[in-house]
Amino acid sequence: MNVHEYQAKALLAEYGVAVPEGELAGTPAEAEAAARRLGGAVVVVKAQIHAGGRGKGGGIKLAQSPAEAQQAASEILGMTLVTHQTGPEGKQVRKVYVEAGSDIARELYLAITLDRATECFAIIASTEGGMDIEAVAAKTPDRIRTVFVDPVAGLMPYQIRQIGFGLGLDDEQVVLLDAFLGGLFRLYVEKDCSLVEINPLVVTADGELFALDGKLQFDDNALYRHPEIAALRDPEEEDPRERAAAEIDLAYVGLDGDIGCMVNGAGLAMATLDMIQHCGGSPANFLDAGGSADKEKVKEAFALILGDENVKAILVNIFGGIVRCDMIAEGVIAAASELGIEVPLVVRLQGTKAAEGRKLLAESGLDITPADTLGEAGERAVAAAAAATGAA
Amino acid sequence: MAILCDADTRLLVQGMGRMGQFHARLSVEYGTSVVAAVHPGKGGTEIDGIPIFNGVREAVAATGANASVIFVPPSGAADAILEAADAELDLAVCITEGIPVLDMARAKRALEGSKTRLVGPNCPGVVTPEQCRIGIMPAQITKPGPVGVVSRSGTLTYEAVDQLSRLGIGQSTCLGIGGDPVIGTSFVDALALFEDDPETVAVVMIGEIGGSAEEEAAEFIQSNMSKPVAAFIAGQNAPPGKRMGHAGAIIAGGKGRASDKIAALEAAGVAVSASPAEVGETLAKHAGLGR
Repeated sequence: MNVHEYQAKALLAEYGVAVPEGELAGTPAEAEAAARRLGGAVVVVKAQIHAGGRGKGGGIKLAQSPAEAQQAASEILGMTLVTHQTGPEGKQVRKVYVEAGSDIARELYLAITLDRATECFAIIASTEGGMDIEAVAAKTPDRIRTVFVDPVAGLMPYQIRQIGFGLGLDDEQVVLLDAFLGGLFRLYVEKDCSLVEINPLVVTADGELFALDGKLQFDDNALYRHPEIAALRDPEEEDPRERAAAEIDLAYVGLDGDIGCMVNGAGLAMATLDMIQHCGGSPANFLDAGGSADKEKVKEAFALILGDENVKAILVNIFGGIVRCDMIAEGVIAAASELGIEVPLVVRLQGTKAAEGRKLLAESGLDITPADTLGEAGERAVAAAAAATGAA
Repeated sequence: MAILCDADTRLLVQGMGRMGQFHARLSVEYGTSVVAAVHPGKGGTEIDGIPIFNGVREAVAATGANASVIFVPPSGAADAILEAADAELDLAVCITEGIPVLDMARAKRALEGSKTRLVGPNCPGVVTPEQCRIGIMPAQITKPGPVGVVSRSGTLTYEAVDQLSRLGIGQSTCLGIGGDPVIGTSFVDALALFEDDPETVAVVMIGEIGGSAEEEAAEFIQSNMSKPVAAFIAGQNAPPGKRMGHAGAIIAGGKGRASDKIAALEAAGVAVSASPAEVGETLAKHAGLGR
């Protein structure tokens, strides 16, 4: 789960990580008042969306006075901000964060995440702050230093010194980094983060350290023990269909093709997308109906798939282990009669109770194209979508 | 022979909820010796003829159980894994999906030096055809034979097994290692076990996007494996930054792409199937097996 910058900064401050003073504003007048309360000098007005690259897209503006802050906020609020992380459709800005300006001497990069290869936490530090870390890794990998932290022992002082002196900080700044990085690490562990990224970490002309931007991501699997973090979720920032799917416990990812997919199991669902593309077609979505898929769930999944107007055909691919194919078939029949499916339907049922499921479908009188193997399922779905497109 | 479990395995179940009971029953029907179940507070009772104990140590002492299958909910799963290790079981297979990754990172560290091999979490389990079923796989699609199957996914394991069985190619052992970022048994661990198993003559490996386990497997195959390996990598067209169902199936920071994994495996001499429908045939051709 992602949160907004203003929410991340409140959490950072709670953990003793230095952040500039700032206030959230929903209107230009609120932005002006915030700028005034922040001392009336230079402020930065920042669009609050769940994506990076806001500056380049015009979502971050410098203001020399409260009046300018009002002006900047009126330009940013309501705009559709397009960045390299939002996709071409962009995201609408609903709130801005008004933050006191900083006197920047250096910009550094600091992040914590789990390194899957070592199964340790990786602290990634770079002298190239303010840049995309992937670009730095590609062009100047020598400017990135990674320190691995044992998940049981935790972060050691020598590791903080390695990072601090490695970043070219002086001894007083390394002392500041001890509190800064120590706070970041405690936040990461105590709140079950999956990513803490400070980019840039600013060294001011006075030698202070500040988190000028802060990005936090949380482990969805751990939200059950952090209701205060779960409460930070902003549904407006999520894809409406992915959100609807999550509410009924389905894993769904929207794609831009025309073959709707309903599959059980994440691996088979990914492979079904691969199969469709291998056959020259294009999938409209990833959908894992999970191990507990029953009649009701199948119906809900169909409603979700049919909500995508690009869908020209639907492929149901079920390999029953825990899932029973006869229950899936009942769901397909119920969905077809209640939702009125008008696109061609290809159904492959294998595994537990597959014969019973196929029989139910065959006797239903519905116009369903059956498929026996994964290969057949892919070919028939692609052919059906092509025919539907040709006919339209 | 086979790996991890066989006809001599004495299985205990941790977590006898609805799912635990259901799959315990299926394992018994398959011929697996399910000797005990652990349900704290219900010790001394019985479910479906399986004696219930309050703790794993107690169950092991009374029944000689040497392997465990864990169906405990996410919040208690790390605890269940470490309790299995505390009782010095040979094998703990954790089916539970949705365990916080921090819990697993710590549990994995705590398992170092223990006698217990962990498979999973978030996995379908292990089946040695006609001998032992641990977990939730539909064992009826397997048949005994010479091919080891290892996969990060559940249903895609079934798909690969089904393709092999339809070609008349049986399996030595089928195991799902799980779709989470931190898991007990890696591809490399499973490949090493298959390499050492005299009954396994070839291996099918089903990977997916995210992490670098397939690249590490490629390195291992290149330098340590004599047996032919065929593979498929799921998620070849998955968009970056999106979690594809499994917690571990995500392309992040430009890493974990299917194309990189396929290239690494092919460079190591693995026959990688371009289509998920031809995994069985790819193995048959590469290993010279089948009808």
